[in-house]
Amino acid sequence: MVYYLALAALLFAIGLFGVMTRRNAIGILMSLELMFNAANINFVAFNQYLGGNGMAGQLFALFVVVVAAAEATVGLAIVLLIYRNWRGVDADNVSIMKW
Amino acid sequence: MLEMIVASSIKVIIVMLAVLTGCAYATYMERKVVAFMQHRIGPSYAGPYGLLQPIADAIKMAFKEDVVPDKVERITYALAPIASFVPSLLVFAVVPFSADFTLVGRQVTGVISDLNIGILFVFAITSLGVYGIVLAGWSSGSKYSLMGGIRSSAQMISYEISYGLSIVGVILIANTLSLRQLVEQQDTILHWYIWKQPLGFLLYLTCAIAETNRLPFDLPEAESELVGGYHTEYSSFRFAMFFIGEYANMIAVSCVGTTLFFGGWQGPFLPAGLSVIWFVIKVFCFMFFYIWLRATFPRFRYDQLMNFGWKVLFPLAVVNLLVTGLIVLW
Amino acid sequence: MEAVQPNVGFVFGLFAAIIITSALLVVTLKNIFHCALALIVCLTGVAGIFVLLHAEFLAAVQVLIYVGAVSVLIIFSVMLTSNLASRRIVQTNQNALVAGFAALIFGAGALLLLKLHDIWPKAGSALPDDNVMTIGKLLMTDYMLPFEVVSVLMLAAMIGAIVLARGERS
Repeated sequence: MVYYLALAALLFAIGLFGVMTRRNAIGILMSLELMFNAANINFVAFNQYLGGNGMAGQLFALFVVVVAAAEATVGLAIVLLIYRNWRGVDADNVSIMKW
Repeated sequence: MLEMIVASSIKVIIVMLAVLTGCAYATYMERKVVAFMQHRIGPSYAGPYGLLQPIADAIKMAFKEDVVPDKVERITYALAPIASFVPSLLVFAVVPFSADFTLVGRQVTGVISDLNIGILFVFAITSLGVYGIVLAGWSSGSKYSLMGGIRSSAQMISYEISYGLSIVGVILIANTLSLRQLVEQQDTILHWYIWKQPLGFLLYLTCAIAETNRLPFDLPEAESELVGGYHTEYSSFRFAMFFIGEYANMIAVSCVGTTLFFGGWQGPFLPAGLSVIWFVIKVFCFMFFYIWLRATFPRFRYDQLMNFGWKVLFPLAVVNLLVTGLIVLW
Repeated sequence: MEAVQPNVGFVFGLFAAIIITSALLVVTLKNIFHCALALIVCLTGVAGIFVLLHAEFLAAVQVLIYVGAVSVLIIFSVMLTSNLASRRIVQTNQNALVAGFAALIFGAGALLLLKLHDIWPKAGSALPDDNVMTIGKLLMTDYMLPFEVVSVLMLAAMIGAIVLARGERS
């Protein structure tokens, strides 16, 4: 089980790196998906090794997938909007709300 | 364990050969049937009745020069045909072709792998098919390909939802996801799920045609406006892979449709070992229907296609699902 | 549930290698379209891990929703937003060094913790054989409320996305 957890931790770290370094808003979203998946691996691994006979872990992973799908939909809609208004998807440029 | 591996490998090889030959002769059948419907003769030079035409075509494809245009992205360009070819073949791994039978003292199951989530597997794999087209459209670096790719991915996402929903009715009634159990439940012609799910079947048929990019939904490769669509820039063997992939997809959705709505290999008169014949006959009818449609209908316009998918098919699928759910609950 | 197969370690290693490599590609490649492709490979690998963990249903859902829908959506927006000429644009910002350091610390720290506190069981527990049915029943009984909430969330996301992407009516 420790291997699964290690894999998830590495994946999460990579996703974290991506979120912090990407300029492109779509790139940030993709890195977020990586982090979601890391969490899901953990959920399923916990379910398999610590969950007894229950399925709660898998169920939560299912919810994570659904929420991630919703997040991707809205996120990409926002990206399209940014592209339309700023002629680019560079997240660093969208700082009009910054003081 | 070893015996299982050997048996599975043999089954895989047989199925692959059958499917690939089926693809080749599906092209022949298409040309012949369309020719017949248009008062032509169709291929008739190679062999008796032109029966060797597919083989001649295959040889021609294999020996043509593989032209790679200058502006392509090499890696994705090379990946695209594979990405469209492999998923269409993967579906056959869970399709039950015949009843279990005994061969030289051994029990043989009529399916390569009986997953308990069979239908979900089929849909998961089908949803991968879009990548071949998207990759091809993107990597070719040509506007016709790109337009074809974008159109196709929009079309496939739109129709996939109705495609999935049209099946859920059957699953609700059958209470299983395993394709083999589904077939076993439809043991006589009166138990075929088409009688319980007529609307579901119509939806499945329509969406399946759209999923496989066949006429009248073949916008991604509309010859008259997009040259060849996503595979404009492909030639030789790579093009052949797209071509085989398309026909393998047709056969795959025909197989799944047969399994879900027409009782799969179930049929009278034949012993278990030969029940595959019924399966082939049913799939053949499906294929004929496909070709018939192609010879009959004009192509949809793009906005009509989208409107039809979202404003007609999708609500119908939801209504079908609700009604089925209510009846099952009763 | 059968005993652990002897080659499960090898298969795990394979999937893990695929996942880590493609994830690294996702965050480092210059061309955003290639990143999306690497993401697809990565998500498929995660589905493989799910199969190893006896979560077949989740694996199918993963392929169906993530690979089949979310990734297509991402590729679609890549196609719509970046014109073909923008292939050589720098994709990373100035934070790269700091971010790399932070991620490294996080990753190393997590691995170290895992190594120090070796409290994790080696063998898995027996899960119900019929994956799908159990999950379905749980969804309709114990987890009814989260299920409904997620449905509402989906609806809200759908409407929100449509409203956002529709733009001004001309």
